[in-house]
Amino acid sequence: MSDVFGPCDKCSKEKPLRPVYIKSEQLSYCSLCVEMMATEGLRENETLASLKNEAESLKGKLEEERAKLHDVELHQVAERVEALGQFVMKTRRTLKGHGNKVLCMDWCKDKRRIVSSSQDGKVIVWDSFTTNKEHAVTMPCTWVMACAYAPSGCAIACGGLDNKCSVYPLTFDKNENMAAKKKSVAMHTNYLSACSFTNSDMQILTASGDGTCALWDVESGQLLQSFHGHGADVLCLDLAPSETGNTFVSGGCDKKAMVWDMRSGQCIQSFETHDSDINSVRYYPSGDAFASGSDDATCRLYDLRADREVAIYSKESIIFGASSVDFSLSGRLLFAGYNDYTINVWDVLKGSRVSILFGHENRVSTLRVSPDGTAFCSGSWDHTLRIWA
Amino acid sequence: MPCLRKVSQHRPRAAGAAPGPVWWVLARQMERMIVSMQDPDMGVKMRNQRLLITVIPHAMTGNDIVEWLIQKYGISEEESLHLGNLIVKHGYIYPLKDPRNLVLRADESPYRFQTPYFWTSTKWPATELDYAIYLAKKNIRKQGDLIEHEKDNYNLLHKRINHTWDFVVMQAREQLRAAKQRRKGDRIVIDCQEQAYWLVNRPPPGAPNVLEQGPERRNCHTTRVQLVSGGYRAHGPVALATSSRCSCRYIKFNEQYVPHDPIMSGCLPSNPWITDDTTYWAMNAPMVPTPTKLRVERWGFNFSELLTDPLGRAQLLDFLKKEFSAENLSFWEACEELRYGEQSRIPEIVDSIYQQFLAPGATRWVNIDSKTMERTLEGIKTPHRYVMDDAQMHIYMLMKKDSYPRFLKSELYRNLLAEAVIPPETKKRVFPFMRKQRHSSPSPALLPPAGDTEDCGGLMLAVT
Repeated sequence: MSDVFGPCDKCSKEKPLRPVYIKSEQLSYCSLCVEMMATEGLRENETLASLKNEAESLKGKLEEERAKLHDVELHQVAERVEALGQFVMKTRRTLKGHGNKVLCMDWCKDKRRIVSSSQDGKVIVWDSFTTNKEHAVTMPCTWVMACAYAPSGCAIACGGLDNKCSVYPLTFDKNENMAAKKKSVAMHTNYLSACSFTNSDMQILTASGDGTCALWDVESGQLLQSFHGHGADVLCLDLAPSETGNTFVSGGCDKKAMVWDMRSGQCIQSFETHDSDINSVRYYPSGDAFASGSDDATCRLYDLRADREVAIYSKESIIFGASSVDFSLSGRLLFAGYNDYTINVWDVLKGSRVSILFGHENRVSTLRVSPDGTAFCSGSWDHTLRIWA
Repeated sequence: MPCLRKVSQHRPRAAGAAPGPVWWVLARQMERMIVSMQDPDMGVKMRNQRLLITVIPHAMTGNDIVEWLIQKYGISEEESLHLGNLIVKHGYIYPLKDPRNLVLRADESPYRFQTPYFWTSTKWPATELDYAIYLAKKNIRKQGDLIEHEKDNYNLLHKRINHTWDFVVMQAREQLRAAKQRRKGDRIVIDCQEQAYWLVNRPPPGAPNVLEQGPERRNCHTTRVQLVSGGYRAHGPVALATSSRCSCRYIKFNEQYVPHDPIMSGCLPSNPWITDDTTYWAMNAPMVPTPTKLRVERWGFNFSELLTDPLGRAQLLDFLKKEFSAENLSFWEACEELRYGEQSRIPEIVDSIYQQFLAPGATRWVNIDSKTMERTLEGIKTPHRYVMDDAQMHIYMLMKKDSYPRFLKSELYRNLLAEAVIPPETKKRVFPFMRKQRHSSPSPALLPPAGDTEDCGGLMLAVT
């Protein structure tokens, strides 16, 4: 388990490695050698096409089995749940200060501070309650698409077109330049689309346009585990709130949402029902399900135990992609930010739209509910962030 | 009915700022909407519109468009106006009056559907050559009196594609000559159509560029077979569940948590974001002498709620001390420190755990079954981050299945519930327009790092 990056046992190149069993012996191969070996291992009557067909028919059989268990829709069972009353949410704070499109934001555990990043490379830490800016750093690249607050509240992580994820300790020392203590942690071969600390300040999970996700040790920058399986850019990820904390979900341009085991690097479950790129994934508070937002203008709910999509949140009048989703504390509401500048609020159980929020003057690019569920924050290409409650 | 070409036939050429395949998804959706708007029976009411002295056929008013959207999609006027505005901004409908402003007005202003020839998805990409010809035509017609940014663009293009300039001017002249032979009404329409197209594809400075996309996607073109690790087997020991069983879990979760959801049920004394009063945060700080009733109730939902709340965890520790099993919690915390700790400190942490909890005669020896103990002791010979997983899970389950239910029935917990506070709702202020002063709070980055005390699992505490 300790050797996840090193010389491949076959081609000797320094790459992320996966365990592979050959004649009961465990070796470590890079993903390219694994694939080559897999295709080499064709038996006499097999061709790649015939194996693919076999895989497809197995997939079909599994779908049949899944379908047998699908006895009733979520919204049907939810008919007996009380309908939601009048729903009023307003912008309570507007954070102005970014000079360009806001791309990402994250909350601090203190329930009031946030970090946000933008197209012009600026990353700002705000006390959103007072709207004061507390820290600002300029990244050496543009399109900082990912940022995250450390659990301790003492550092932030960010990255984008530089293909890296860097960690900045937050300091109030006027003599110290924040950029001076910057630590380069993750290195991908394409843009960084998402990052998140795990349960501590010492590990970061990243998603990249190079099609992989990866887990890193912050102190040393060492790659602890890599996750291969997406067929295209990975755009988002979310860590499971489960009590044993071992899995996460990712979504990508291959229209797939994949659930991974952090320890082994294996994909445990995979869902492919969206018609376009998945821009955002977020776990339901119980950890039993997750929601996704996609460019196909729908949001969907996937149940991990039923192993299927159980709800779809869409409306004929909504034709723009959903860029970002998050649940209210109880999971009853799903807030989704769209490329048509609006935020739609969905009743998760009944599948209906509860409300539409106007205010932003360009795409909503990021949306997160605060840690205690008292509000949510949205960031937009109109250069502002808004706190709604 | 206008002749509609299938969008899918036209692939974007790999030009610098070309919108990727994602944009096509939106274009297809908008076009579908536009087509239904033009349905002869169910579409938007169209009539002749008078523009000064000319009559323009197949036009509609802004009001008609908004009304149609309201009826068709069952949405409010605000949403309809917003959606209509986006359709106009993307150039699928253009205004006849004030054609330089792609804005939808919910009044009698006349609008027309853009001809599919000029749909951005059809005529793609908008080339420099085409733009040059357009500007040249305008330049000739207006005898050099172009708007500022068009003049700048004209000069820029003149420099950049100078070698084609004769061709550009010739094309412009020919197009103008052909246009003169049309009826005035047609000429006005074609001019408006063309202008709308260029407003979308070459927006003036300050105007939003609706075609702008983020960084290019589709960066790994994997044509080889995708090996999905682990294949399609169902995960873990849990069998696939029926939908109705899963749905019932959502209902139950909803019932339990909605009263605790501030957005759904409000929060007492008040939501800080709404009233600017931070009492709610002060009363729910990580460590308070008297927790609120809701908070203490939540500890009873499941073991995870108790454990993840620092105050709850402290109460649990007190209870376990009384039962002489406090080492279980300490062991679990130490294992968390290992799992989420620095890579370089792993051997050190593993050894510390061994010495404190696993070694024979250890001061805080944990009671795990012999098989797990054997496996763990073997594993720590080559220490790694997950070497304590089995033992940690065993102890976690012990606490969850054994200690936790007793905790909930204990006098300690019952007292906590009894003494827990229910904050009174903040009375509405007499002068609501006087805003309360918003006080700042100390940043977590200023606080000294959480010390290595026995009671707090150093790493994991939430802040302020």
